[in-house]
Amino acid sequence: MGLLDKKFENSNIIITSLDNLFNWARLSSLWYMQFGLACCAIEMMATAASHYDFDRFGIIPRATPRQADVMIVAGTVTIKMGPRIKRLYEQMAEPRYVISMGSCATCGGPYWEHGYHVLKGVDRVVPVDVYVPGCPPRPEALLEGFLKLHEKIRSESLAKKKTA
Amino acid sequence: MKKPAEIYAILKEKFGEEKVEIKEDAKVAPWMVVAPDAIREITKFLRDDDDLDFDYLMCLSGVHYQKDNTLGVTYHINSTRKKHSLILKCIVSEDNPHVPSIESVWKTADWHEREAYDMVGIMFDGHPDLRRILCPDDWEGYPLRKDYKVQEYYRGMKVPY
Repeated sequence: MGLLDKKFENSNIIITSLDNLFNWARLSSLWYMQFGLACCAIEMMATAASHYDFDRFGIIPRATPRQADVMIVAGTVTIKMGPRIKRLYEQMAEPRYVISMGSCATCGGPYWEHGYHVLKGVDRVVPVDVYVPGCPPRPEALLEGFLKLHEKIRSESLAKKKTA
Repeated sequence: MKKPAEIYAILKEKFGEEKVEIKEDAKVAPWMVVAPDAIREITKFLRDDDDLDFDYLMCLSGVHYQKDNTLGVTYHINSTRKKHSLILKCIVSEDNPHVPSIESVWKTADWHEREAYDMVGIMFDGHPDLRRILCPDDWEGYPLRKDYKVQEYYRGMKVPY
């Protein structure tokens, strides 16, 4: 983490950069907005359940965008749903992140050619930080997606604008 | 329990040969073509007659027959008490796809007719609330028509891959 390494003899003092502190705090409590749209949501629920246990990373489901740091778009995004996703994303407080879970949310999945009603990738409405492939991805894959998001957050800096 | 041919005989006697016609040699099950202007009276009769007693609209589907340039509505109805079922079809032209609504006969038809309107663009006259049911309200075109071309953009979102 880098946070607890730089300490003086007095064990009550910790010195770190503000960037480190902020990033550590952010990545250690990624509350996600539940956005289960299709079968990927079942895997998302399985990841949150006791066997895989998201909570050990501080990842907790929230039912409102106001309390969420990251949105997991889990499932097929229909075109009717597109503007609603955008609105929910805009309601989230910054810094905010988006994980596109599964083939459908990433590129339209099996509906890519004849699915007139499916948005071919949620990145057409909101910026996506991490894409998790799979149809649907196993819980390990979603966890890996979160670890990738941890890496991304760890490299952020207050001085630099978020790129996504 | 009555066979479709027996039901046809009753309907022919009551409504006349020009309003209803039977196709006995159909592959799966015999079906009847009903004139659109008579569909409401005929379905009401099928529902209310004591010997027929069709109390259940199993399905209502919109169909596009591209070769004939026509649209169709298929009604699958069933009697849970008399244990017989029947298939009715209404065929209308693509240019003027108006069929009377049978929502007043079976309430099930409400959402089914909205779906048929949404997907193939059949207008159900007399329907109390004929809006799109699956696509967004401002969607263009009817997606299950065989000659459907998807729109390029919807509210700034690119639609094709």
